[in-house]
Parts: sequence; structure tokens; C-alpha cells
Amino acid sequence: MFDELREMYQEVILDHGKNPRNFRRLDEATCLAHGNNPVCGDTLVIYLILKDDEEILDVTFQGQGCAISIASASIMTEILIGKTLTEARRLFDGFHDMCTKDDFDFSQINDCDEDSLERLSILSGVKDFPIRVKCATLAWHTMQAAVNGEETISTE
Amino acid sequence: MNKVSNVTKFSTEKVQNRNSTEIYDIEKIRLDFPILSKEVYGKPLIYLDSGASAQKPQQVINAMSEIFESFYSNVHRGVHWTSQQSTEAFELSRETVAEFINATSNNEVIFTRGATESINLVAHSWARKYLKSGDEVIISHMEHHANIVPWQILRQEIGIDLKVVPIDDDGNFLFDEFEKILSPKTKLVSVTHVSNSLGSIVPVKEVIEKAHSVGALVLIDGCQAIQHIKVDVQELNADFYVFSGHKLYGPTGIGVLWGREDLLNSMAPYQTGGEMIASVTFEKTTFKNAPYRFEAGTPAIAEAVGLGVAINYVQAIGLENIAAHEDVLLKYATKKLLEIDELIIIGRALNKTSIISFNLEGIHSHDLGTFLDRAGIALRVGHHCAQPVMDRFKVSATARASFGLYNTKNEVDSLVIALEEIRKFFN
Repeated sequence: MFDELREMYQEVILDHGKNPRNFRRLDEATCLAHGNNPVCGDTLVIYLILKDDEEILDVTFQGQGCAISIASASIMTEILIGKTLTEARRLFDGFHDMCTKDDFDFSQINDCDEDSLERLSILSGVKDFPIRVKCATLAWHTMQAAVNGEETISTE
Repeated sequence: MNKVSNVTKFSTEKVQNRNSTEIYDIEKIRLDFPILSKEVYGKPLIYLDSGASAQKPQQVINAMSEIFESFYSNVHRGVHWTSQQSTEAFELSRETVAEFINATSNNEVIFTRGATESINLVAHSWARKYLKSGDEVIISHMEHHANIVPWQILRQEIGIDLKVVPIDDDGNFLFDEFEKILSPKTKLVSVTHVSNSLGSIVPVKEVIEKAHSVGALVLIDGCQAIQHIKVDVQELNADFYVFSGHKLYGPTGIGVLWGREDLLNSMAPYQTGGEMIASVTFEKTTFKNAPYRFEAGTPAIAEAVGLGVAINYVQAIGLENIAAHEDVLLKYATKKLLEIDELIIIGRALNKTSIISFNLEGIHSHDLGTFLDRAGIALRVGHHCAQPVMDRFKVSATARASFGLYNTKNEVDSLVIALEEIRKFFN
């Protein structure tokens, strides 16, 4: 009945949705931000520990939302630990294009960790469900807000 | 030949009522709604979102096209034929609304953009004029944001107090608690007739009687009631009653504020401009009485006429027949849904209209919505513009099935089958 949804709801996503990784409050966070998607009520808090305002030592999150938004946040935390902010921004750009552009081409992405992009690509099924793109990108928008010193971000 | 005008035609539809005792012919009714025969993703559209906005019968669609094709013009302005025809149709619609809710006079029916504007109008034109710091406005815990925020703004601006009547775990309005909150300080009770997120019916007649005993006025938000329950504003003895046209099988962009005529004429204008003035000089402007005082600018003409036709349509089937049909669906759907493992219905009030909010354990309603969509089932997921209700039940969102006069038991069955499939997918 729902075969066409298998692309968006892959096993990995369902797994991360049910058992999110790094799902905890981080008391020693150097920056954090609240993100919410008012359309569907998804709310996330992203916590980061930065070293020298560049190196991401740790990332965690808490919140509630749909399988896509929770899985995306979970996968993001796994990918970003140990990366630099510069790399994180490039990954977000690449991920955003992947979720929104029909002609997205991996080979055109430069200076980006390919393994990470490959992992993120399992979320790119949202491209066919425009209203769900915000679910997939909420965690990333919130992460960006946190490192930019903004306390809250709304995807509307 | 055109002299037997379109207006006359609209009015005659009113008297061609179906015999209300005839069997509820659901197949015949469904044929009136062209969208119901459409397919989405190759599956028949199952529309369970009438609580957000109802679909439109061909009669309404035709009437609105016909206005533009045959006699459209601005109203109350021209001496020419089209303007007279449009004005007549527009005012006839006002009369249709007045009769529908048993208003004392057509002058008590103000056309607005919708219930949201109607409430804002009362907040602006009545409350801002008559309320002062320390006065109290009472709402309930299950109001739509449109009946919360205007009063919060007044709290900020003039220092009124806002009191909230709690609900119990089933979503029943707690009348005892309402009586406790009510006091001589209460100047307005503004409550929903039916909760948009839970379907609970509020005992508004008793609320009105009690509120009047302390001298408070009462505004009833009838958005989710007007299409299910026979509303008689005189019998209710309400002061204001508001609703939107689009949930009553009419067009968007048109709604109603009903108010007692003396009350309306004591109120300040809402917006100012053309149509609402009696005379204008650069020194002084005097305003018309209701309803025109509150209808500045060119109104939504075709939409107003469409609303009148929608009311005629609903009355031809008979509100009591519609309510009976929807009640059967409500009971059937409630029973069927509860047979699904880990499905929780939020809102089990004793008196309900055909709205069912639910969650499937472990599956976010936003995911549910996407899956149901692919099954051709349209229903609303989210907080339903009633976040305090979500907080009360400690959920961030729900899926809401809302049934209209055209829904069937087969559609309920399709919903149940789809939900079972979704459970399998996620488990």
C-alpha cells in the first residue's frame, strides 16, 4: 500500500526515529538553540560543545517530532562530532541542495566529506514531499542558529 | 426573459426543500460534490478534513459562476441593472443567514471575512470601547487561537484579565468551574460552541443564562457548530454568534457576525471607509447603523451569495438529518478506531460532533498524515490552532478526522485499513 513511501522512510530512518542517537541534554554545551516547525509542532534543542569556535567536540539534541525530523537530527549529531564548523556549513549546503534540487549532482559538490554526504542522502527522499523538507532540515537550521548565537529559529 | 432574475432563482431554491423524512440518500448527496469523485495518487479521494474546510456542492459553485457570468456588479452603489441585481442577491443572502439562525432582523447579520474577523471585530468595536482595566473576559481551555489571541491583545493594551474554564480528561467543559470563575467582574464570556480539536459540545445555553445573571455578555464561536447543530440565536439568548462560511459548505472569504441590534448600534466602527458612513465632510463623519457600519469597503459579493446558497443547500437536506448521519459516522468511527491497537482518541466528551482527534502510539501524526495522504485520505495533522488543548493532553499534535454530510462508513473503513497498514510499516 505504501511502497512509494519506502524511499523516504527507509529502515535506517525508522531506526533513528525510534532510537535517536545522542539524544540528551548537554549541560556543558558552549552553544545551543531551540528550533521549531510551527506547522507540525516539531521542536528540537541542539546542544554543541565547540573548541576555539571551530572544532565540534560534541553535539546532542532533545525534542519531539516526526520520524524524519528526529532521524535527521540523530544522523546529524553522529556526522558532526569531530568536524569543523566550516565542514558543517558545507555539509548543510550540500544536504539542503540534495533535499530541494531536482538536478542535484554529487559530483558537483566540492570540499565536502563524501562519506557524510552519502549518509545524508538517505534523507533526500523528502525532495518528492516538499512539505517535509522542513522536517529534514530543522536540525541543521537549528545547529546553524546555535553556532551563530541565535537562541531560537523557526522554519516558517 | 432574464427579468425573472437570477435572484429570484436563488430564492426559490430555498423552498424546494427535500422532504426531510425521506431516507438520507448519501449517494445522491455525494454527486452534488464534484471533488468527491476525484482521485489522488490513483486512489479515490477520501476527504475527512471538513472541520478545516468543507467541500462545496455544485449548487454553490454554479451560483458563484453565475453571478460573474450574468449579473455581477458592485452592491449598493449603482442605479444600473447589474448593481440592483447584485445588491438584491447580496441582501437576500443576508436574509437567508438571518432566517437560518433566527435573527430578529436582517440588520443583525454582519458579513465579515470569517469567524476570525468576526471575533476581532467584537474585540475592537465592543470590548475596546466598553472594557477597562480589571474587567474580566472568560474563555475555555479548548478555544481556537482566534478566540484566545484577540483577548490577550486586550489584556496587554487595556489590562483586562483573562480567565480560562478548564476541561476534564475527556474534554468536557467544566460547568462547575465556570460558575466559580464567573463574577461581577466578568464582562464577557467568549466560548466555542464546539471544540475544533476535540468535538466537545459546550452547553452554551446554560453558559449564556449563567453569564447573564452577573450582567456579562456572551460571544459564541459557532465555527464547528453551525454545520451540525440547529442554532437559534433568540432561543440561545446570545449576544454575539460568529461563524465562517467555508465550514458550512460555502465559499472562503465570507463569514458572519451576528449580534443583537441595539448592541451593534452602540458599538464603534471596525474599519472605516466607503459603505459604512452616513455622511462625510472634512469636519465630521457620521456612521450608518448595523450592518453597514461594520462593512466598510466593497464586500465579498459572490461569496456572500455563495454562502446563502450553501445554507439553502444544507437546509434542503435538513440539519437534523445531517446531524443524525454524522452521529452514526462518529459512533461507527469511534468504535472502529478504538479496535486498532495503540490508538488513542483524545476527546471523549459526552456530547460530541463528528470530530475525532487521535494518535497512534509511537508514530508522530505528521508521519501519519503523509502516509494517509498517499492512501488518498485527507485529514489534518498538527495542533489544530488549539495548542492549549495539545498541552492539556500532553501531546504535541494529533491526527484529526472530521466528518461532513457527505462522508460514508466505507470511508471510515478505508481509514481504519490504512491505519493498520501504517502500524505494520512502522513496527
